[in-house]
Amino acid sequence: MTLTLDSHIPDGPLEDKWDNYKFDLKLVAPNNRRKFEVIVVGTGLAGAAAAATLGEMGYNVKVFTYHDSPRRAHSIAAQGGINSAKNYRNDGDSVFRLFYDTIKGGDYRSREANVYRLAQVSLNIIDQCAAQGVPFAREYGGLLDNRSFGGAQVARTFYARGQTGQQLLLGAYQALARQIHLGTVTLHNRTEMLDVVVKDGRAVGITTRDLLTGELEAHSGHAVMLCTGGYGNVYYLSTNAMACNATAIWRAHRKGAAFANPCYTQIHPTCIPPADETQSKLTLMSESLRNDGRIWVPTGHEDERRAVDIPEDERDYYLERKYPSFGNLVPRDVASRNAKTVVDEGRGVGPLHNGVFLDFADAIQRHGRDTIEERYGNLFDMYERITGENPYQTPMRIYPATHYTMGGLWVDYNLQTSIPGLFALGECNFSDHGANRLGASALMQGLSDGYFVGPSTVAGYLANWLGTDAVPTDDKAFTESLDQTGGRVDQLMSVNGTSSVDHYHRELGKIVWDYCGMSRNAAGLQKALTEIPALREQFWADVRVPGRADGVNQSLENALRVADFMELAELKVRDALHREESCGGHFREESQTEEGEAKRDDENFSYVAAWEWGGEDIQRDAVLNKEPLEFERVELTQRSYK
Amino acid sequence: MSKVLELTLEVWRQDGPGTKGAFETYTVEIPDDASFLEMLDKVNENLFQAGQEPITFDHDCREGICGSCGVMIDGQAHGPQKGTATCQLHMRQFSDGQTIRVEPWRAAGFPIIKDLMVNRAAFDRIVESGGYITVTTGAAPDANEIPVPKDAADSAMDAAACIGCGACVAACPNSAANLFTAAKMQHLNQLPQGQAERWRRSESMVETMEEFFGSCTNHGECQEACPKEITIDFIAMMNRDYLRSKLVNRRRLGERKIG
Ligand SMILES: Cc1cc2nc3c(=O)[nH]c(=O)nc-3n(C[C@H](O)[C@H](O)[C@H](O)COP(=O)(O)OP(=O)(O)OC[C@H]3O[C@@H](n4cnc5c(N)ncnc54)[C@H](O)[C@@H]3O)c2cc1C
Ligand code: FES
Repeated sequence: MTLTLDSHIPDGPLEDKWDNYKFDLKLVAPNNRRKFEVIVVGTGLAGAAAAATLGEMGYNVKVFTYHDSPRRAHSIAAQGGINSAKNYRNDGDSVFRLFYDTIKGGDYRSREANVYRLAQVSLNIIDQCAAQGVPFAREYGGLLDNRSFGGAQVARTFYARGQTGQQLLLGAYQALARQIHLGTVTLHNRTEMLDVVVKDGRAVGITTRDLLTGELEAHSGHAVMLCTGGYGNVYYLSTNAMACNATAIWRAHRKGAAFANPCYTQIHPTCIPPADETQSKLTLMSESLRNDGRIWVPTGHEDERRAVDIPEDERDYYLERKYPSFGNLVPRDVASRNAKTVVDEGRGVGPLHNGVFLDFADAIQRHGRDTIEERYGNLFDMYERITGENPYQTPMRIYPATHYTMGGLWVDYNLQTSIPGLFALGECNFSDHGANRLGASALMQGLSDGYFVGPSTVAGYLANWLGTDAVPTDDKAFTESLDQTGGRVDQLMSVNGTSSVDHYHRELGKIVWDYCGMSRNAAGLQKALTEIPALREQFWADVRVPGRADGVNQSLENALRVADFMELAELKVRDALHREESCGGHFREESQTEEGEAKRDDENFSYVAAWEWGGEDIQRDAVLNKEPLEFERVELTQRSYK
Repeated sequence: MSKVLELTLEVWRQDGPGTKGAFETYTVEIPDDASFLEMLDKVNENLFQAGQEPITFDHDCREGICGSCGVMIDGQAHGPQKGTATCQLHMRQFSDGQTIRVEPWRAAGFPIIKDLMVNRAAFDRIVESGGYITVTTGAAPDANEIPVPKDAADSAMDAAACIGCGACVAACPNSAANLFTAAKMQHLNQLPQGQAERWRRSESMVETMEEFFGSCTNHGECQEACPKEITIDFIAMMNRDYLRSKLVNRRRLGERKIG
């Protein structure tokens, strides 16, 4: 171990840590802020919120996105809602309960102090967004409406129809647009970051590629904040947008940032199953559907009948049967694994027998079609557009798909990675969700990190550098990074092999899904550890990137991303192999209860696995560092949703 | 069960902003449960196999929400299905043997970058000029302190559903951006939180729009093309607010002490 992982968790009672800490943090006086250049990569909830807020505070901000407009970040696609412990329903919610639910939902694999802060800040987020004009759902009295989401037993989820992520992102984007207009923030759109520049052990800038001209550029700053989203596309098929990728965090990892818990991925239970091989991505159907839909499969195998022709006594409502108290509302990982079990048994539905039914017949009978249409009309339309089937008449077909990555860059309480000056916000860090994320909590975390935590804690770092200039871009650290990045581009362009980048991405996805997806075992993971490096070698020997590097070239953009996914996949599997317990989204078949539920091993695995880059032979060279998790306020129990 | 379609495509190919473009003809076989963009993926896979350069087009979420995608399909922005972005359009909307013409958005405000990819940055400039409510992070009152009548909230949401794809501009014979601008503006102008800046916002957003785009002559094609079915009623509301803003803002200017 060469890293020292200090989480910098403040002393004192849980409730006071964040307030005390903010008081103790070094500040940068308003008149000094414009002397600092801060680089923000990403304009999703985390990045747009951080860049806008830092701009408002008076810092000189440069913000980067590979999209044409900041508003297109993947956050835009979130449907369901955002949690906050406002307790506007008076149903017993509180900061402590949201904290408790998040720790428990994460299967006790996250830090108490971070999660408590998240629950506290959740109150400010809703205030901020409502004031920005985010059109949250309201009641007739004009006050905000809430719903219960993802199995929570209180109604703490705020939402804007089925487009919550869109509306929250537009709020942050508009705040950012205002700063761009005022000149505090400079926008670099259609620009992809390809490297972090490190000098004397701290982050001093980034290397980027202009996606229109192909030009490589160096940008320097006093601090770099990565807000680049999750790595779910390592599976190829996922609910993530097509361009979501891990290059920013992977390049940071290679430069010394520890990567935490890469094996923790969330598989979302309600997605539309793939129709055929041409499928390019999977579509999520909001989890809210499980509030009214009943999940079932036929009792018999390979049943070819239409759903309506299957009589009641030949249907298996397996979640209601196995989990009488939570029924269809069990957490995501439990719902997903059970769907896999019945499909693997040969009881799947649809032309490819690769899904389970989500049936609204009872709900329509109970509440009337109008009510169901009001609740889910958009989603039903979307489903029909994609599948050509009408869910008012025939049950939806759903199957789990990769959705969210809890793992990410290791960060301390400041959201600073193990490279000083390099921060990670939003889905790209590992901080708050442990081994499983609760529904409607990612938007909350992105905005908490972006509006409230990052902009405060970065000041504590910047204060140390008052009076120094950002490192000039003709420094050796920059020119070396430019050379290396240019070398990588040239190498990819010159392989000139036979297969497309997509082909390799698809192959990689299959391996990772088969052996490191919803359920994992040592033999499968070992197999993946031989197959992934072989595929990676083949990729570098056989890929062909058509076109030229000095202009728009989407194949090249993709090739650079897939090359990094190949490496990340290996670390992810390595991590999954080492964690010989089941927890949250990580289900090791060797570690289950007699009833087939996930079994944690707190004795041996109650820690954050923070991997350090050791060299190109990832499974051999990666160095495991452990940050022990200590629980002062929450008692560890095995989750039970019976 | 899906069936396979055999299609002929005429696709606009253009190397760069300054160069001349032309239609190229391709054939493709595709299952009818594939999406339109998956069909283009297939064409690209074929081009790759033939050693040619794939077609460049913008896309990302493929769920009809990010607003990245959008092409003219047989002269219709986002193609034949109402209320549907290109990425959500599925091939069952087409028939076997059909010839389909695929072009980029055509508008002076959206210069072509390459093939089907255009530059829509002018939309960002419109928002930057006033499409926001000024509220510094941390300065907000409790969210329930500002009640918003449900009707206003719902109508604001109808406007805010805009995905910024640019179909409205592409469909308009004048390449006007009135539907986009109106949607962005009326999302905020209808809310109590948006009142303080209402007149400033209305004036500057309209005038920024006019720098980049043509004038609206009420054809209504925009509403037909909009994948989110945003209504042109918002344009009427914008026009009213703009006129009013001219009066209000002039008066305010007069009230201000000069010198
Ligand atoms: C379909 C779907 C539905 C969801 N629904 C919900 C929900 O209801 N509630 C909830 O809480 N969560 C939900 N989530 C999860 C949530 O949307 C995400 O976790 C969250 O939005 C991530 O935000 P972010 O800011 O961290 O990253 P993103 O929004 O992914 O933004 C990443 C940004 O980084 C930029 N970027 C990345 N790499 C680079 C690079 N190398 N160079 C330059 N720019 C780069 C991108 O351009 C983009 O701007 C959902 C997710 C999906 C997929
Ligand atoms: S790709 Fe996002 S709207 Fe079509």
